[in-house]
Amino acid sequence: MATTGTSSASRRAGITAAAPPPRRVGEAAKNSTRTFNVVCGVVLGIFAVLWLIPSLWAIKTSLTPNSVSAVGAEEILRHAGLTLDPYVTILQGGSIWNWYLASFFTATVTTALTVALASMAGYALSRLQFRGRAVVFVLMLAGVMIPNQVLVVPIFQMLDAVHLLNTYWAVILPQVPYVIAVFVFKQFFDGLPRELEEAARIDGAGFWRVYRSVILPLSKPVISAMAILTFVNVWNNLLLPLFVVSNPELMTIPVGLATVQGSFGQRVSDIQASAILGALPLVVLFFLFQRRIVEGVAGTGLKG
Amino acid sequence: MSAPTITEPGVAATTARAPRGVRSAETRPAWLFIAPFALFYVVFLIWPTAYMVIASFFNTSVVQEGFGSWAGFGNYAEMLTRPEFWSAMWHTLQFTLYTVPPLVVLSFVFAVLANRVQRGQWFFRLAFFVPFILPSAAIALIWNFILSPSTGLLAVVQGWFGVEEPAPILGTPALAMVGIALATLWWTIGFNFILYLAGLQDVPREVYEAAAIDGASPWQQIRWITIPMLSRTTTLVILLQIIASLKIFDQVYLMTAGGPGISTQVALGLVTTSAFTDFRVGAASAASVLLFIVIVAIAVARQLIDRAQERRA
Repeated sequence: MATTGTSSASRRAGITAAAPPPRRVGEAAKNSTRTFNVVCGVVLGIFAVLWLIPSLWAIKTSLTPNSVSAVGAEEILRHAGLTLDPYVTILQGGSIWNWYLASFFTATVTTALTVALASMAGYALSRLQFRGRAVVFVLMLAGVMIPNQVLVVPIFQMLDAVHLLNTYWAVILPQVPYVIAVFVFKQFFDGLPRELEEAARIDGAGFWRVYRSVILPLSKPVISAMAILTFVNVWNNLLLPLFVVSNPELMTIPVGLATVQGSFGQRVSDIQASAILGALPLVVLFFLFQRRIVEGVAGTGLKG
Repeated sequence: MSAPTITEPGVAATTARAPRGVRSAETRPAWLFIAPFALFYVVFLIWPTAYMVIASFFNTSVVQEGFGSWAGFGNYAEMLTRPEFWSAMWHTLQFTLYTVPPLVVLSFVFAVLANRVQRGQWFFRLAFFVPFILPSAAIALIWNFILSPSTGLLAVVQGWFGVEEPAPILGTPALAMVGIALATLWWTIGFNFILYLAGLQDVPREVYEAAAIDGASPWQQIRWITIPMLSRTTTLVILLQIIASLKIFDQVYLMTAGGPGISTQVALGLVTTSAFTDFRVGAASAASVLLFIVIVAIAVARQLIDRAQERRA
C-alpha cells in the first residue's frame, strides 16, 4: 500500500464498492450473502450517524442564542428556534477576517513554492543522470523521516536570529521543504512516456523548456493532488504559527481559534460558530476536490 | 512525518532501456533544478536538526544570544532524571496505547463494511473522512463543549443512562487522556479508513468469487481472505499511527494544556514548555533529541518492514 505514488494510487483510491455478489452460486448462498451485506450497511450506517453527531451538535449550538446554550445541552436540545446571531457576532468582530487572511496567504504562498520547487527537484531525479544523484536521493530519503514538529524550537531560534518572527514568512518558509512531495512528483514523472520529451530535445529544447512545456502540462493530476494536500497541511498547522507569531493580527485560523476558548468565556454559541467558520473553507475544499484529496492522502500515506 | 516506501523505478527503467552512465552535460542543469528545493531543505530541516543537537550540549536560552555555556551531557542527565520527563513520556505512551488499537480496528471494520455496501459511499466518506481534514483547533472547540462538565452533551447522555453526576472527563486526572483520545479517534479515523479502502481495492474480486463458489460464508471470506491480504496495509497503518501519536501536541495543548496538573503533559508539550515558558532551550533540545531518536527509529523500522513485506509479496 502507498508505495507507488499517485499514478497507481489514483487507480486504487477511486473508491467504489468492490466485493460484488458472486455469480454462479446457489440461491441460498446468494441470499445469505445479500442479507449479510444489508446487515453490514445498517451497522455502518449507525456508526456513520454516530460520527456525524459532534459536527451536527456544533452546528445546532452555533444556531442557538448564547443565553440558551450557556444553560446546557438539554436546553439546546429543547430550544426550537434558529438564529444566525453568533455568526453575525463573529464576522463583525473582525478578528476572524485577519485569521482568514493569514491562513489564505500563508497556505497559498507555501503551496505555490512547495509545488514549484518539489516538482523541479522531482524532475531532475526522474530524468537527469548527474553526479551526486545517489547522494541527493539518500539525503531526501532521510529527510522524509525527520519529524519536523520536533524542530520547532531550533526553527524559532533561527527565525529570531534573522528577525523574521511575527511575519507571515515565519509561517511560510519552514513549511516549504515538504520532502514527500519530491518523491511523489518523481514517481509520477517516472510513469510518463519519454517520447514527447525526446522529440522536444531533438528540436533543440533545453531541460527547462522540456520541464515547463512538456512535463508540467502532463502532470495536472499530481500537481493538483500535491497542491491541495500542502494547502490543507499548512492551513491546519497549529504548532509552528503558535510559537513564531504572537501578533494577533497575523494569527492563522488554528492559532486564532486556540485563543477563542479563553476570551469568549460563556458565549458557547459564539465559540461553536467560530469553530465552524474556521473549518468551513476546508469543508468547501473537500466538496470541490473530493477525489484529489482522497487520492493524495491514500497515495502518500501521509499523516500530520 | 511519514511517507511512502520509496523504490526507484526510474533507475530500473532507464537501465532496462539502454544503459546510460552519468552524463556530465546533465550535471549542471540537474543541480540547478534541485538547488532551490535543496536550499530550503538544508536551511529548514538539516540545520535545525544540527542546531538542536548542538544546543542540547549547551545552556542555551531564548533570552540570550548564542549557544551559552557548555553543559556537556548535563541537559540529558537532567532530563533523564527529571520526573516530569518520564511522566511526559509515559503520557505520550498512554495516548498511543489509548488511540492506536481503536483507530486501527475500527477503521478496518468500517472499511470492510463499506466495501460490502454498494450505495452511499459518499455518505460514509463524508461522515468518517471530513473531520480528518479539519483544523485541530476547531475539533478541540467542538469536543471541549461536548465534554464540558455537567452541562455538556456527554454528561447529559450519561445522565439518561443513569450515571449520577458523572466525573468531568477533562477535569479528572485519570480520565483527561481518555477524553483527548476520544476526540482524536473521532478526528483522525478517516485517514486509516481511506488507506484501508484503497488496500481493499487491491484484493481481486475473483478471489471472493472462488471462495463463494467453494461455499465460504461472508465471515469466512473476511477471516481468510480480507484480513491476510490487508496485512501490509495494517502494518503501514499501525506504524504511521504510532509515529503520529508520539508527536501528539495539538489536542493536549487545546483541550487540557497538559492538565489537570501535569496529568496529560506529553513529550512535545514538555519540549515547548521548557523552551518557551522556562526559556531553557538547551534542556528542551535534549528532550527533543531523545524524542527525535525514538521517532526516527520507528520511521526507519517502518521502511525496513515495508521493504521486507514487499519482497515477500
